Amino acid sequence: MSAVIDDHGHAGHDEHAHGPAKGLMRWVLTTNHKDIGTMYLWFSFSMFLLGGSFAMVIRAELFQPGLQIVEPAFFNQMTTMHGLIMVFGAVMPAFVGLANWMIPLMIGAPDMALPRMNNFSFWLLPAAFLMLVSTLFMAGGGPNFGWTFYAPLSTTYAPESVTFFIFAIHLMGISSIMGAINVIATILNLRAPGMTLMKMPLFVWTWLITAFLLIAVMPVLAGCVTMMLMDIHFGTSFFSAAGGGDPVLFQHVFWFFGHPEVYIMILPAFGAVSSIIPTFSRKPLFGYTSMVYAVAAIAFLSFIVWAHHMFVVGIPLVGELFFMYATMLIAVPTGVKVFNWVSTMWQGSLTFETPMLFAVAFVILFSIGGFSGLMLAIAPADFQYHDTYFVVAHFHYVLVPGAIFGIFASAYYWLPKWTGHMYDETLGKLHFWLSFVGMNMTFFPMHFVGLAGMPRRVPDYNLQFADFNMVSSIGAFLFGTTQIFFLFIVIKTIRGGEPAPAKPWDGADGLEWTIPSPAPYHTFTTPPEVK
Amino acid sequence: MTRHPPVWMGFLLSPIFSQAQAAWTVNMGQGATVVSHSVYDLHMIIFWICVVIGAVVFGAMFWSMIVHRRSTGQVAARFHESTKVEIMWTIVPILILVAMAIPATKTLINIYDSTESDLDIQVTGYQWKWHYKYLGQDVEFFSNLATPSDQIHNKEPKGEHYLLEVDEPLVLPVGEKIRFLVTSADVIHSWWMPAFAVKRDAIPGFINEAWTRVEKPGLYRGQCAELCGKDHGFMPIVVDVKTKADFDTWLAGRKVESAKLKELTSKDWTMEELVARGDKVYHTTCVACHQPEGQGLPPMFPALKGSKTATGPKEEHLNTVFNGRAGTAMAAFGKQLSEVDIAAVVTYERNAWGNNKGDMVTPKDVLALKQAQSK
Repeated sequence: MSAVIDDHGHAGHDEHAHGPAKGLMRWVLTTNHKDIGTMYLWFSFSMFLLGGSFAMVIRAELFQPGLQIVEPAFFNQMTTMHGLIMVFGAVMPAFVGLANWMIPLMIGAPDMALPRMNNFSFWLLPAAFLMLVSTLFMAGGGPNFGWTFYAPLSTTYAPESVTFFIFAIHLMGISSIMGAINVIATILNLRAPGMTLMKMPLFVWTWLITAFLLIAVMPVLAGCVTMMLMDIHFGTSFFSAAGGGDPVLFQHVFWFFGHPEVYIMILPAFGAVSSIIPTFSRKPLFGYTSMVYAVAAIAFLSFIVWAHHMFVVGIPLVGELFFMYATMLIAVPTGVKVFNWVSTMWQGSLTFETPMLFAVAFVILFSIGGFSGLMLAIAPADFQYHDTYFVVAHFHYVLVPGAIFGIFASAYYWLPKWTGHMYDETLGKLHFWLSFVGMNMTFFPMHFVGLAGMPRRVPDYNLQFADFNMVSSIGAFLFGTTQIFFLFIVIKTIRGGEPAPAKPWDGADGLEWTIPSPAPYHTFTTPPEVK
Repeated sequence: MTRHPPVWMGFLLSPIFSQAQAAWTVNMGQGATVVSHSVYDLHMIIFWICVVIGAVVFGAMFWSMIVHRRSTGQVAARFHESTKVEIMWTIVPILILVAMAIPATKTLINIYDSTESDLDIQVTGYQWKWHYKYLGQDVEFFSNLATPSDQIHNKEPKGEHYLLEVDEPLVLPVGEKIRFLVTSADVIHSWWMPAFAVKRDAIPGFINEAWTRVEKPGLYRGQCAELCGKDHGFMPIVVDVKTKADFDTWLAGRKVESAKLKELTSKDWTMEELVARGDKVYHTTCVACHQPEGQGLPPMFPALKGSKTATGPKEEHLNTVFNGRAGTAMAAFGKQLSEVDIAAVVTYERNAWGNNKGDMVTPKDVLALKQAQSK
């Protein structure tokens, strides 16, 4: 196997030791992991702004009680598209982009193992999202059944555009599966000599495990939407009781995908933060081995807790108890990770550059999301929390300061390597603080209105929820505007700034810092030796 | 304590003035049942456990963020593992979780014991209203949102119970064990009464059980908790808990009314009477989709004004309303509305908004259709 790769490597090297092609076709035809990584990251950011603008519509409507800006039918399309675009368009591609850029650099590989497939898996995404977003302009409107698209609201009662939604989900699934295969093939085959599994950076470990999760559950999602397609167009009754099916089956299948999916969105962030905290603490990561086992344990548990999303659908007592206990268990490996990060900081020599600020906020705020998760795990209490704003607060605390702050931390951490310039530290810190304040102002009050009884996915509410909703909306506008500021910071860094040395962070460790900044178009054509 | 009556009176009066403070409510209510109290207790226990763990972990983080900064001249230590510590912080959380699981399990077992009920009520979710049927009592009715559309569209000031008020609340006797059989006629809804800590999904084709025993009379308010389409935010739940005697009086009254309704079917109706009644039925039952002026919200909800159905043969029109239209959002109203109301609303639709067909469908026509179909 390695002999074959060597042959190709030499042949290519001798004939044309080239830089990037010129013009637009560079991006269309590229098989370079750095180009593809860059495209993933830009795509993800544009989807983040689009999904964010939908969130702004939602928060504008909820600014005050009463219907002011949009009708309920359109409001539901906004909540649905916000969720779908943020999950499948913003968070997942961002991590694939980071994986493309960083995994080969971290393990000393010349590129991803399957570069042409890499190109294809990226270019499927714009096609999928173009189709998904176009549904908003179709007669009857876009998907309006929530990002969880429960049947029969998404089948018998769905707008006609649901078929395009199903096709878009299929394309995203194919793209994700190909991306995951590529990550696994790269990590298992292209590691530099001496880079044993237990020497890999945690970002590589978490992505390896994430990739296995993706391969396990994306086909389940594909099966789920295919059954919907059959029910809608071919007269089957998978999810219709009238024909012998079961609407609850939909939820079992969906959440068998959906729960591992939430870990797909957080594990790579765990990995990135496990590089960033040691760097700025100038101290090795505490408990590397237990970190790896904790991630593996979380991944395993993610497969046996799906029905905690369904505590009120009427599953029998024994099932309810099983899923409650299994869900509570997740707190143990997650706790281990948090304790390890804190121990890494303990007696370090800390500085707080922007990546570290985002990483520390990640640990604290993700833990708060974990705490509300633990509360939600208690099935009897979940009867009160379920489908209220408490749940909205919970998963936004896990996803925004979890996944998205993890991505911001990674972006600031590796921007010098990508662009060859240092970002503006003052602006970076300003971006952090505005995001931090905006995010907490948006989502913390949601705990309160949820506990007080406000259901989620409603366009209007009783006056008792008015004050906190206004606070949330103001926070959301702040958070949303701040992200345009991030765009400005990134463009400024690309266009210029203080030149970055090969290793801009004195406490950093790893192969990616042994190559110059910006990283040359081809790196590690000769594998480095890892001791 | 008796020396300070004003304090006590203030306390008793506080619910009246709570409107101002309610806007800043930050916690779950304790509710009005034994189950809701134990759920509240579980909620508070797990909350305080989280607070304590959070204080320890975040305390350690902030300590090192303040003390272990490079700017204070701190030199990094080199330690990076400790099997003893790592085992400890795996075992301790497990013990805490086990301690938490015990009361949670007890409460859950209690919640699942819906046997030996005194009164059974079938709760059916419809887009977008609730239907309550007192099993074995021959009493059933729909409960619709009572908040005027002008309040929703900001044309008049919003009332205290904005979006949490219905035309006919579910009425329950205090202190008795009520069993709910929850189901749905279309999509999945969720019947949620926070004060009872009861939330059960209403799933088409399946029946879920839940129960409650309310400790004190009063009006309790909740909402549908599962996204069920356009007007998910506009299908509240109101429960009026009465003393046993008041409840019995109410139930007897309802039985008389339902007997009267049956008589209405055999009465000879004039077109004016039917149109007037149909106007009311239309504006509670049909208006959400087909809109006040019959213009609909195409293509999901077609217009009735000038439509083929509403201006075509009346048998076909009646059939559509009675049996719904398969594969579309049009529900079958044959089991939702009385014969009189179906006749009235069909007659209304055929003669409103310039449809002016001039013909009518009588309650007897509807009864005939019903009998023909049940054969």
